Amino acid sequence: MRHIISLLMENESGALSRVAGLFSARGYNIESLTVAATEDPTLSRMTIVTTGSDEVIEQIIKQLNKLIDVVKVLDLNDGKFIERELMLVKVKATGTFREEMKRMCDIFRGRIIDVADGSYTIELTGSGNKLDAFIESLDKTAILETVRTGASGIGRGDRILKV
Amino acid sequence: MAHSSKEMTGADILVRCLHEENVEFVFGYPGGAVLHIYDAIYHQDKFKHILVRHEQAALHAADAYSRSTGKVGVALVTSGPGATNAITGIATAYMDSIPMVIISGQVPTFAIGEDAFQECDTVGITRPCVKHNFLVKDVKDIAATMKKAFYVAASGRPGPVLVDIPKDITANKCLFDYPKTVALRSYNPVTKGHLGQIKKAIKLLADAKRPMIYTGGGVVLGDASVHIIKLAESLGIPVTSTLMGLGGFPASSKNFLGMLGMHGTYEANMAMQECDVLLAVGARFDDRVIGNIKHFMSHPKTIIHIDIDPSSISKRVKIDVPIVGDVKSVLADMNELIATEKPAQNTSALANWFKQIDAWRSKLCLNFAQSDEFIKPQYVIQKLHEVTKGEAFVTSDVGQHQMWAAQYYKFNDPRRWINSGGLGTMGVGLPYAMGVQFAHPNAQVACVTGEGSIQMNIQELSTCAQYHLPIKVILLNNRYLGMVRQWQEFFYENRYSESYMDSLPDFVKLAEAYGHVGMQITKPGDVEGALKEAFAMKSRFVFMDFITDQKENVFPMVPNGKGLSEMILANQIGAEDL
Repeated sequence: MRHIISLLMENESGALSRVAGLFSARGYNIESLTVAATEDPTLSRMTIVTTGSDEVIEQIIKQLNKLIDVVKVLDLNDGKFIERELMLVKVKATGTFREEMKRMCDIFRGRIIDVADGSYTIELTGSGNKLDAFIESLDKTAILETVRTGASGIGRGDRILKV
Repeated sequence: MAHSSKEMTGADILVRCLHEENVEFVFGYPGGAVLHIYDAIYHQDKFKHILVRHEQAALHAADAYSRSTGKVGVALVTSGPGATNAITGIATAYMDSIPMVIISGQVPTFAIGEDAFQECDTVGITRPCVKHNFLVKDVKDIAATMKKAFYVAASGRPGPVLVDIPKDITANKCLFDYPKTVALRSYNPVTKGHLGQIKKAIKLLADAKRPMIYTGGGVVLGDASVHIIKLAESLGIPVTSTLMGLGGFPASSKNFLGMLGMHGTYEANMAMQECDVLLAVGARFDDRVIGNIKHFMSHPKTIIHIDIDPSSISKRVKIDVPIVGDVKSVLADMNELIATEKPAQNTSALANWFKQIDAWRSKLCLNFAQSDEFIKPQYVIQKLHEVTKGEAFVTSDVGQHQMWAAQYYKFNDPRRWINSGGLGTMGVGLPYAMGVQFAHPNAQVACVTGEGSIQMNIQELSTCAQYHLPIKVILLNNRYLGMVRQWQEFFYENRYSESYMDSLPDFVKLAEAYGHVGMQITKPGDVEGALKEAFAMKSRFVFMDFITDQKENVFPMVPNGKGLSEMILANQIGAEDL
């Protein structure tokens, strides 16, 4: 099953490689991994999207907690949460594509953030599923380039991950 | 707080940190990047620096110093090849959770990343085999980093911690201020076990019909021997130990069933398989211990697991009652509750259980055919046990000799049996014996080894000569990489691919070349006399080359992938024949 794991870790050099190294050393999957400093510059917040059986996810959480630099770990799937990912897609915008792309962008509530003679760049935010659906709905030959940030996640309401 | 009003160099600060930590020995090897540190060492005499002949041996010696004392072992190596040579030693300690602090030199900060002479990414290379590591980028950080390193290494589930220090940092100056305490918001190991879980565990053990205790290296590392003995005796529960746990529970106890696992005793493996409640203490259900997991779980049992490391729990085997905590603290709490509550036990079921165990014991699975012609390796270990009255520190390398030492040297005390269990590192035996002998200068130290393993760190005969270490090397020389040969005999139809050791040196002459005493023993009748003679030479290093039976195998044996009760016994009668 797909899980989104959030963690707070010391914002120190090498911290990211400790997490990445753990996943490769123990053969765990990483679907995506995003990391950036928080409002407290000594802390980084990381979101890891992974897949595995309940036993594997339990081990991943334990192994992450074992890393000396990791302050807190939360499996977002243990409660209600929101997931967002940002995608930039450069598409062909010539001939019939020019209208079509504008329309698709509107349907998915994206924004065109760059316009050129032959292309649009569309910015789209949402869950991974929504971004997948957008890609699916486009004519494959129209896609010039895609960039995805990987998912960020946060608990709903009072679910707060903080030191 | 240790405070000096005069500015000191990073090298002097580092040395002062080691003084603050009451370090007795630093095992190391100098080189360019650590020259400032070696100059600072030259100017002090609070700890002794031990010069090895290869960095790997420095790590193993520091590791064994720790295993035999419980203190943090310290090693010092230079950058580049110094650090890479240390890797095997670091990984060995990591697999067995040994607390160590390793200081490695690094090229100057301004040269990092430029492929400088003797540069390597030591922090990157060691990351997967250390508990934690640090790169010190400012002289002001040395003291706090060293404090953290010692704390992290020794607390929680122990392990090696590496501190990489660039050369310019050891020359820069600042005031020395050693922190008294250390607090890490990201690292707070749990020590106290959950009371509710402890009560549940006691109830399960008391109600059990066929209870069993399985102890691992955690009992030894956690200094919990006294407590496990008390628990097993008060509830009358049989005990088995892993290779790493030997000595944690006395072999002489009537409750002890011997070692379990791939080369465990018949009674220990059968009891593990057929128990109804299993208490695992400081052990991790690894593949060499449990064999085939499906087979192990095919016999239903309730499992209680005490471990300081939550990630050891339910990693390979699903645990019913997990207790996270320091084994000593948890066992002490259990004993206290048992003493006050005196839980009722199922005594008749327990008596039947021991009757069953005695039936398994009557197989005498460790019996071997004695010979007048060839020296049996098992016999050498039995005699070693007799001659040293079971009181020696025994180190071993890895292979058949290691298993025979584990099976036939009956350890009654913890921290006496020093070997590489997790990583299985050939070549540890001699440097391990060095580390132990430095820590216990008056103790009898025996290094049980094979002719394959001993040659992996044979250069340390020179270190032993320099420091006059009276180690006794017990070489079980069968001219084969014995364990490899055994597997080839069993599973590869006797195709002995590259397992024969040709062109062995004359070990007697080799020992003598280093100024040691060398002995070769070829007849069974000479074994005991030779051992007595060697151990009577209290101040001499004696290298004993026992020419043993070439084709002897280690039994019992659970073949790879098989279940614990599917052992091959010496007389080739399998468990199913019972």
